[in-house]
Amino acid sequence: MKMFTFAASAAILAWGSAAQAQQTLSMWYHGAGNEVESKIINQIIADFNASQADWKVELQSFPQAAYNDSVVAGALAGNLPDILDVDGPVMPNWAWAGYMQPLQIDEAKIEAFLPGPKGYWDGKLYSIGLWDAAVALVTRQAYLDELGLRTPTLEQPWTKDEFMAALDAAKASGKFEYAFDPGMAWTGEWYPYAFSPFLQSFGGDIVDRTTYKTAEGALNGEAAMAFGEWWQGLFKNGYAAATQDPADRDGGFAAGKYAFSWNGNWAALNTLKAFPDTVFLPAPDFGNGPKIGAASWQFGISASSKHPEGASAFIEFALQDKYLADFSNGIGLIPATKTAAAMTENYKDGGPMAVFFGLTEGQALVRPVTPGYVVQAKVFEKALADIANGADVAATLDAAVDEINADIEKNGGYGH
Amino acid sequence: MASKFTVSNGTGWLMAGPAVLLIAGFVILPFFLAFAFSFTNQRLISPNATEFVGLANYRQLLDVTTVTLEPVRDDAGAIVIKDGAPEYPSLRTLTRNNPDRPDLAGMREWFSFSLGGEDRTYVLARDVVFMTAVINTFIFVLIVAPVQAGVALGLALLINQRLRGINVFRAIYFMPVVVSIVVVSLLWRLIYDGQSGLLNNLLGAISFGMIPPVDWLGNPSTALGAIIAMSIWQAVGFHMVIWLSGLQTISPTLYEAAAIEGASKWQVFRYITWPGLRNTAVLILIVITMQAFGLFAQIDVMTNGGPLDSTQTIVFQAIERGYGKQDISGGSAISVILFVIVLSISLIQRWLTREKT
Repeated sequence: MKMFTFAASAAILAWGSAAQAQQTLSMWYHGAGNEVESKIINQIIADFNASQADWKVELQSFPQAAYNDSVVAGALAGNLPDILDVDGPVMPNWAWAGYMQPLQIDEAKIEAFLPGPKGYWDGKLYSIGLWDAAVALVTRQAYLDELGLRTPTLEQPWTKDEFMAALDAAKASGKFEYAFDPGMAWTGEWYPYAFSPFLQSFGGDIVDRTTYKTAEGALNGEAAMAFGEWWQGLFKNGYAAATQDPADRDGGFAAGKYAFSWNGNWAALNTLKAFPDTVFLPAPDFGNGPKIGAASWQFGISASSKHPEGASAFIEFALQDKYLADFSNGIGLIPATKTAAAMTENYKDGGPMAVFFGLTEGQALVRPVTPGYVVQAKVFEKALADIANGADVAATLDAAVDEINADIEKNGGYGH
Repeated sequence: MASKFTVSNGTGWLMAGPAVLLIAGFVILPFFLAFAFSFTNQRLISPNATEFVGLANYRQLLDVTTVTLEPVRDDAGAIVIKDGAPEYPSLRTLTRNNPDRPDLAGMREWFSFSLGGEDRTYVLARDVVFMTAVINTFIFVLIVAPVQAGVALGLALLINQRLRGINVFRAIYFMPVVVSIVVVSLLWRLIYDGQSGLLNNLLGAISFGMIPPVDWLGNPSTALGAIIAMSIWQAVGFHMVIWLSGLQTISPTLYEAAAIEGASKWQVFRYITWPGLRNTAVLILIVITMQAFGLFAQIDVMTNGGPLDSTQTIVFQAIERGYGKQDISGGSAISVILFVIVLSISLIQRWLTREKT
């Protein structure tokens, strides 16, 4: 035993002195448990460590479900790593709370990036993503032909009436369990990410983006009420189910239970496998332009990092097109640049998922850029679940507005 | 003996030390912190300084008021009937942007009732979700405490026999207690599944398809009941063991004497077993009550408080606010309110079950 301890400490000492020439940078990442993702990120780190002699990045991975809690706990304990990754809409909260510092990256390097992966708060770039995600109305060409529906395009998406007529036709055909699958089983961030663009297309929003000081009028104004009534009607009139078995969310469309599914690019490959004639349609226009959510996971630097220049060097290194393409090929994400998209299987021109690149370029709107978003997302999720379950629309949206406003006030306006 | 205790004081503290330190660090200190935070606007993460806000958090949670409204009348003065009931003016016009009643701003309808006449009284609460959580928690406790204690006693009586293989039954009944509540909740979510769940299949099979599938956790009228049933099942084994230990402290000579006297089974239970279980009963009642007030994991895994707040509970709200919505002060205030509720109920139970001399 003693011998072993001695040998171990000798090994650690030797390793320590060998690494001394390089400054170690710690890094946290949310992708623990995903083998492909881990492999790509490890490859980037290995390439970076080998490419120069000053910095050595060391990775620690967390499961996604526990990641945000770990960062908050780490910050409260004064224990954050140099580099961390952050979900786009959460970044303003962490930046405002003083967990993060602006990136020291040449803005020219990210000029060609899609807008979603660029995380700006207070006019400064705090985070940058290698990819974006997009949502589309998933259906089959066979269904469209059978129901006699026009194929909507980015230039000419379905209007609200056309969309509802499509749902009516699907419902009347009697071939589907439900005409529409919004993804009710995916509770959590999916609700604001996937459903708030509907609200924005109606002309409302989660919070008034001109000031970010109130939700009054945005979340309970006329447009929001119309959205709420429409949303409730989806469930009341039998187009969709308010509660959904998670298994149906994952396999229901492939099993032919739904005519239309509101789903993200990350699920697209499996759907294409089930139905080669799957088509990804742009979001309908409910009056204020078609909208989908933007921004996914991004990289940033913690405020407590003593080596922001090293951390920035690593992030800049990771922004190369080949890594953007690797992530895209590995886990189906939308690469952040056109040049990287051209290098991928799925997003190159004519690729099976190229349509998503157009969707995110043409329709994407980031979620409200405010530190209060973290709370607002939860309030919004509950309001939509309640309305789907039959709660009074006006009372529910009013209550959501009150809760959001009380939270903004409690936080002194969140620095806006 | 007394002298020995004083002599070994140092050793005693040494042995109690680790537990005392842990309890002080993880129970007592957080309790005092929660009490202090509940009077401030402390956030989980915020660059802003914490400010003292007095009782604002409690007012926000507990504020309740009533409004009595007259029904809407048409031009002729007749009451407007909508869907078979008189129509009342929308509360929204009263509670929002209403300069006449600034005190009502931000309040919502909790419930309403009519005292015979045409007028209808609306009870408004500033935090309807919290009020619902309190009511749900009380319903949960009021059903779980007696039913779980009763079922556990029945099981304990059943397995308190000298039969071959009785340990197998003891193990089976105790099994759910050793399985993590999170795992149990996940399994029961599948059992309660609205379409192909085990329970729906079972009901369909025994009724030859007469009972249609019920979405047990997705329906506001069945969700809380489903969680109550599952919670009783999960912890009943634990209380069964406590009852069993109580049963085995009753002297066998009493039962022998009763047998000689020719007492009936009921008389034996009524006059020997039940009085002998008195202290056990008090303990079990208090333990179940306290555990039931802490209802959280099942909610977190199975329903998240929904649908339509039908399964909101006090502890779920405390954690949802304190951690989910980063409002430590609000979560702390809920914790303090829960503490006061549980303390008062425990004191009342102690007083009701005191030794009457």
